[in-house]
Amino acid sequence: MSYELQVNGKRHRVDTDADTPLLYVLRNELGLNGAKFGCGLGQCGACTVTLDGAPVMSCIVPVSVVGARKIGTVEGLGTATQPGVLQQAFIDEQAAQCGYCIAGMIMRAQALLDQHPAPSDEQIRRHMMPNLCRCGTHMRILRAVRRAADTLKAQDGGGRS
Amino acid sequence: MNAPANSGRRRLLVGVGSLTLAFSLHPAWAQEGGKKKDGGLPGSLEKEPWLDAWIRIDANNAVTVFTGKAELGQGIRTALLQVAAEELQVNPDRIRMVTADTARTPNEGYTAGSHSMQDSGTALRHAAAQVRFILSGMAAGRFQVADSALTLRDGVFEAPGGRRVSYGELLAGRQLHLKADGKAPLRPRAVHTVSGKPLRRTDILAKVSGGIAYAQDLRLPGMVHARVVRPPSQASRLESVDIATVARQPGVLKVVRDGRYLAVIADGEYRAVKAATLLARAARWSVPASLPGTRDVPAEVRARPAEAMPILKRGSMQQDGRTLSATYTRPWQLHASIGPSCAVAQLVDGQYTVWTHSQGVYPLREALAEMLGVDKDTIRCIHVEGSGCYGHNGADDVAADAALLARSYPGRPVRVQWMREEEHAWEPIGPAMLVEARATLGVDGRIADWEYAVTSPSHNNRPGKAGNLLAATHLAKPFTPPPGKPIPQPEGGGDRNAIPYYVLPNARVTHRFQHNAPLRTSALRSLGAYCNVFAIESFMDELAQAAHADPVAFRLRHLDDPRAIDVVKLAANKFGWGRGKPGPRRGRGFAFARYKNLAAYCALALEVEVARETGFVRIVRAVAAVDCGEIVNPDGVRNQIEGGIIQSASWTLLEQVRFDERQIQTVDWASYPILRFNQVPGQLEVHLIDRPGEPFLGTGEASQGPAAAALANAVAQAAGVRVRDLPLDRARMRNA
Repeated sequence: MSYELQVNGKRHRVDTDADTPLLYVLRNELGLNGAKFGCGLGQCGACTVTLDGAPVMSCIVPVSVVGARKIGTVEGLGTATQPGVLQQAFIDEQAAQCGYCIAGMIMRAQALLDQHPAPSDEQIRRHMMPNLCRCGTHMRILRAVRRAADTLKAQDGGGRS
Repeated sequence: MNAPANSGRRRLLVGVGSLTLAFSLHPAWAQEGGKKKDGGLPGSLEKEPWLDAWIRIDANNAVTVFTGKAELGQGIRTALLQVAAEELQVNPDRIRMVTADTARTPNEGYTAGSHSMQDSGTALRHAAAQVRFILSGMAAGRFQVADSALTLRDGVFEAPGGRRVSYGELLAGRQLHLKADGKAPLRPRAVHTVSGKPLRRTDILAKVSGGIAYAQDLRLPGMVHARVVRPPSQASRLESVDIATVARQPGVLKVVRDGRYLAVIADGEYRAVKAATLLARAARWSVPASLPGTRDVPAEVRARPAEAMPILKRGSMQQDGRTLSATYTRPWQLHASIGPSCAVAQLVDGQYTVWTHSQGVYPLREALAEMLGVDKDTIRCIHVEGSGCYGHNGADDVAADAALLARSYPGRPVRVQWMREEEHAWEPIGPAMLVEARATLGVDGRIADWEYAVTSPSHNNRPGKAGNLLAATHLAKPFTPPPGKPIPQPEGGGDRNAIPYYVLPNARVTHRFQHNAPLRTSALRSLGAYCNVFAIESFMDELAQAAHADPVAFRLRHLDDPRAIDVVKLAANKFGWGRGKPGPRRGRGFAFARYKNLAAYCALALEVEVARETGFVRIVRAVAAVDCGEIVNPDGVRNQIEGGIIQSASWTLLEQVRFDERQIQTVDWASYPILRFNQVPGQLEVHLIDRPGEPFLGTGEASQGPAAAALANAVAQAAGVRVRDLPLDRARMRNA
């Protein structure tokens, strides 16, 4: 089957089986490495991307149900040379060990900051709960999300006041 | 005829006439060189003494540093880079690091046991210092000045008058094929510019931006995808399987059956997944009752035969005083990597290439060669980072899968990734352990005698042998796993940290080693230290309570190593130990250990709150103090200690592999939950004691044991009841 997908603001046409989870399409058809296979069961969040801004586990979303919704992956936030605000915050806090969960963490956090630009610490913790980290980098991940929120607030305040 | 390497060496020596002079000018430097007392070379130089095996400098002054250790997410690539950059006096961003690769790097065995800084860091430090020293002599010779007159910046010497020459120009395309001697002067800490300072990890940029960061991300030209269908259990027999239907599925290139080893190779990854699901349904297995079940872990561990190996006999027992005894257990636990294990292999013209996140590319190559029946020189294993492994997980096994399937589908790269259920059910498991402790408290409030026995199967079933590779045990001509072996003291396996670090004039410690276990077991981060430190430090608290002593004061009473005393006092002070009282349902706990009794020191204080109705344990705050010798990357050390504490909290509060009489039942994150954001500490502080000039001590495994014990001690105070069987999960805490 052929599908048109909107990924990080660009249209892509892919030919794949209808039941293929979005994760495999992103990784293998579009060559996007950010979303990771962790469980294939929607339990760990390593595959988290956004659909119209909402975080989803792409390992359990068949490509056939995505439709016209806008797909966001970590590649859409910035690059290694020009990282986006959240990516920069994760770099500044050195918020990774093995890092396998990190792209998913960033995308879940992005969904939060899009909706609640000034979240409380408690809100961040609650929002991040679905995503698992095995290295125990949680404290740094929380700090990175906090830092990104503070950066966005400062930028926003500076830009609009 | 000389080998080319030797003739290269001769050419070089001809070109550097000033070298012997330079050495003879500084005889005192030999004593700073860090030679071991037994006369061996420092770190891994003992195994690989050639300087150009570690450091190569091209004519254009490009520097490449080689290490046999692998980046596992612990940041070792960055720390080793700092060590080399410091001694070479080359900017870190100009150094290319090449890690574990059987075709290119030294053989440093496994990246394990918190050994990388001791082994590879020490080797690189001395190799780099010697390279700098030799080149300094060459530059001095070229400019006819004393080498003290030279300044060195980013690999370029400058002599008085502004004359300059770079490392690369001095070597002019030759390499320093000389043996290390461990005698070159090391740069003193006071002048360090790179080592001892935080340096951002070199691998994180790719990880936050979707770069190719992992074996899982490799996408080679013509690559095909494979999935394996495992038996329901290791004892299962394959009665029948209908391969034909699966072979007709779209995209399926090959269905492999070799004994009870089943796999599919397909043109797309999800097609391989679907075909493997069908193949699993098409297989009929007989699944015998081969397991003991997990209803009563302590009884099961106790029931299995064990060989008693005394590891400490000091003084005499039966001292006067009050006797306490207690039994502690740890269940079967998993590495549970977030990313299931993955490898890519290809067979081209009789040569295998295997991209793997194994912790030991050289031992893996030995095992693969035996399994495939080929010479090891026909196999190249290249380390590529994977998801964090925390010890011997599925990495080697999936490399074996990829190699077997590359053999059956030659010419194309074959990528295999395990499914979640496979990783949970088939990774080598951290063994269940049992500790029986007894001690006599003397009238002076000190421990008068101490008797301790730890029962455990092997923590070391790593490859080296084909029988250590899961797939090899399922083939039509199966390989048998070699018997598990204990790891001798002082490092120990199940008995790692079984000997307390405290001053105990009368003590007996026994390792009860179990030659057989119902499940495949192997190294899980910190090995037996996790359970032994949990047991010893829990028992220390019980003894302190019996002695009506403060737990920290009681520990200090039994410590004589000043560095141990320093970390205990620092953790206690930073935490505010003894100040105020915890609120209702809250408790405070303390613990200390020196990893393996010879590596990093770690002390930990923490406060918990235990919810009465739910049994939920919340870590309010935790404060750790660490001494790992001379620190290379302070932020890297903090990251390792924080991670160790949180991972240990997960093991300690939540984790247990469960199985019935036939098969493992904990095969996903629902049945084997791990710590989530709601349960990680409210605050977590790590305080470091730097010891310039002291040997590097690894930190990857320093905090797990202390974290478990501090948690158990805090929970005991909060709940008013001591639970001695792990995990301290909600069910246990509700019933406590």
